[in-house]
Amino acid sequence: MEYFEIIVAGIFVNNILLAQFLGNCPFLGTSKKMETAIGMAMAVIFVLVMAGVITWLIYYWLLMPFKLTFLRTISFILVIASLVQFVEMFLKKSIPALYAGLGIFLPLITTNCAVFGACVLNIDKELTFMPALLTSFAYAAGFGLALILFAGVRERILLARVPKPLQDTSIALVTAGIISLSFYAFRGMV
Amino acid sequence: MLVAVIVMLGIGATCGIVLSVASKLFYVWEDPRIAQVEYYTAGANCGGCGFAGCSAAAASIVAGKAAPSVCIVAGPEAAAQIAGIMGVDAGTAEPLRSMNVCSGGNRAADKYYYDGAQTCAALANLHGGRRVCSIGCLGMGDCIRSCKFDAIHMGPEGYPVVDEAKCVGCGACEKACPKNILTVRTMSQRLLHFNELDDALAPCQQTCPAEINIPQYIDQIRKGDYAGAIHTIRERNPLLLSCGRVCPHPCENYCRRGIEDEPVSINQLKRFVADWEMNSGQRLPIPCAPETGKKVAVIGGGPAGVSCAYFLRRLGHSVTIYEAMPKLGGITRYGIPEYRLPDKVLDWEIQGILDLGIAAHTETIMGRDFTIQSLRDEGYDAVFLGIGAWKDYAIGIPGEDMQGCWKGIEFLSKVAGAPDKKIPIGKRAAVVGGGNSAIDCVRTLLRLGAEEAYIVYRRTRKEMPANEVEIVAAEHEGVKFQFLAAPKRVVADENGRVAGLEYLRMELGEPDASGRRRPIPVEGSETILPVDMLISAIGQQPELDFLEKETAAEKPKITRWNTFDNDPELLQTSLPYVFTAGDAATGPSLVVDAIGGGRRAARSIHQFLTGEKVQSSPKSLRKKHIAESLFKTVPGVQKKNRTPMPELHVEERITSMVEVDQVISEKDAAYESQRCLNCCRICYNPEENSKVA
Repeated sequence: MEYFEIIVAGIFVNNILLAQFLGNCPFLGTSKKMETAIGMAMAVIFVLVMAGVITWLIYYWLLMPFKLTFLRTISFILVIASLVQFVEMFLKKSIPALYAGLGIFLPLITTNCAVFGACVLNIDKELTFMPALLTSFAYAAGFGLALILFAGVRERILLARVPKPLQDTSIALVTAGIISLSFYAFRGMV
Repeated sequence: MLVAVIVMLGIGATCGIVLSVASKLFYVWEDPRIAQVEYYTAGANCGGCGFAGCSAAAASIVAGKAAPSVCIVAGPEAAAQIAGIMGVDAGTAEPLRSMNVCSGGNRAADKYYYDGAQTCAALANLHGGRRVCSIGCLGMGDCIRSCKFDAIHMGPEGYPVVDEAKCVGCGACEKACPKNILTVRTMSQRLLHFNELDDALAPCQQTCPAEINIPQYIDQIRKGDYAGAIHTIRERNPLLLSCGRVCPHPCENYCRRGIEDEPVSINQLKRFVADWEMNSGQRLPIPCAPETGKKVAVIGGGPAGVSCAYFLRRLGHSVTIYEAMPKLGGITRYGIPEYRLPDKVLDWEIQGILDLGIAAHTETIMGRDFTIQSLRDEGYDAVFLGIGAWKDYAIGIPGEDMQGCWKGIEFLSKVAGAPDKKIPIGKRAAVVGGGNSAIDCVRTLLRLGAEEAYIVYRRTRKEMPANEVEIVAAEHEGVKFQFLAAPKRVVADENGRVAGLEYLRMELGEPDASGRRRPIPVEGSETILPVDMLISAIGQQPELDFLEKETAAEKPKITRWNTFDNDPELLQTSLPYVFTAGDAATGPSLVVDAIGGGRRAARSIHQFLTGEKVQSSPKSLRKKHIAESLFKTVPGVQKKNRTPMPELHVEERITSMVEVDQVISEKDAAYESQRCLNCCRICYNPEENSKVA
């Protein structure tokens, strides 16, 4: 039950895009088309779960014992970047189909603020290993959900009559704000 | 503090070691040129080239899918460096170019008043646009907004115009356009494209066996861009000088102006620009794709073989032509007489094609000097059989082998092969047959000094398969026609030479399977036509003697008409590496059919050589028409006389082999090009419920 709550909280209540406003650049940049939005969502899920686990291990097994928690930011960046590089090489060799599918999005989110932010939040909330892993996954799934929803909306906006000064990114931001408001309805559920 | 430094160094070292081990462990071979090329790209990942980042662009350059100049940020110096790495000229790679098919116009009525979102995407969602014409441009400018390079602007007519100089071929406009009006293709892709059901095709272009973009070249002639018109024709037909002279222009039968007025003289315009290039004294350069290193043997240097070789060469393959006769040209040289297509013209045209880097071996006969097997052993990856149909049918009457009897192609090629185009002939000659070869024979006979020349045909003038203009010219020159006459036997004189042709008179009965009325003999009506020379020109079939020299595994399947069995969409024979086209595939047909077939075979061969599946599009329109594009009436057409064909007077032409048909003047060409209605390039107003096959 506790795990279920973590998942719901991560996806809906504390949605990383619409409630915490992290990772807005890929949110606006890759949401023009459903196809790219799905690719990006998959890549984020993949990387965020990996990064969440590794950074948790680094923090609790390396930085805490040596009382070096002030090195958190720099070491996380270093580790996440290397991790993504490693995963890219691994996929290219072992699962070329998945590599081709994730394509350009994998290296693009090397140090995406959503990825980094989720890792830091895990530490700040003093989560244990399993909840940290699940939270990472839930954040990523929430990111994917919001991105795909938003891509659907933007594909429709193209067909709508938008006043000239508000076209493209500005109407996207307005829409994002409204969707974000609707996500506020989940507040207090968990 | 020391601990912190050590830990950070530790983490960094671990990451470094893990990554370097991983890069060894998970190493995937990649063309080293990709890294070299990427070094010269801007590295900004701007996406301006249309690829996902600089490394993707570099990979595409190395794969040959993008030009060395694709990086728009790095500029021409980097393009030169990249071209150096790739071993090509910066200019020879195949740049993508965006082209606008629609040239606007407001002739089509509106279906509804539209006040919705001012984008093409929104408008297209509402019944496919507001105009009744479903083909044309919507004019809301989605392509203009999609272009990152400011290369498209709205023209004064309300449709977008592409600025070729600014276009980098990124393809954004093609994606933005909901109507497939803007296409971004490389030259190879354009050469390999065949008419499809949803292309914006004028009726003439649907009809042309070579699928030339007729409205486009006429438009270019109208604008005075003769070189552009020649390039347009050359993307579909390398033998424009020859076709401009001998093509029976089936396209003109479908010309929309012809519904209300006389059709546009399309072929005359083609001849005009073709002659313009020849007379200008210099050849326009013909671009070719980078070398692929694949070898193809083309057997037969006729229109099909030359066309196939030309397109394969432009696609980057190396081609060798094997020709049995002393010169290239096939039936256009040895079957079509000098007065219709002079050797000088044909030589100039074929030389231009060979100059692309095509090797040719003449007087090399298949079955004697080489076989399909020996070509395979020499390393040819594919073989094209364009051997034509050179074996005359016999009439099947007694005495047709006696001295003084000739066969049509035998006679024509003998004349064409003679240095002064002269051979000894009889005084009174008869030609049996009603096709173009028969007319060619009889008109040649007159020029060689025959006092009387007859056409003996078993049906009437109406049923003659020869082109109307040819029949008329023969009539003007004084050819005598003996219609409704079926040859019975050849009469010999005391020396065993031809003295006459006995024929039976016929009358027309019920229509047969071909829709022509069947001739029925009239009993007891035998008549003798006194002649001392007889030519039978009743059709030909391919000469297949070479097959005896082939091993069983290298023998392509043959149909009962002695042509090569093939899939007409693909022109592949029963042997996967052997392709065919022209008369050898279809039986005797038009030059322009052979040229179109040569290109179609070149597409199949290209697919075969590049390891793709040899296939055609399911939307292929081969020889069919788009029903909704054929009208019964065309409102608003003002009658304007068609430019007449300038030709030599009968007295001047009858004594020599001088070319009869002359080229139209520049002024006439300008006038004639104005007559084109520019169909399917401007909006039209189709009839309601038009269903014409």
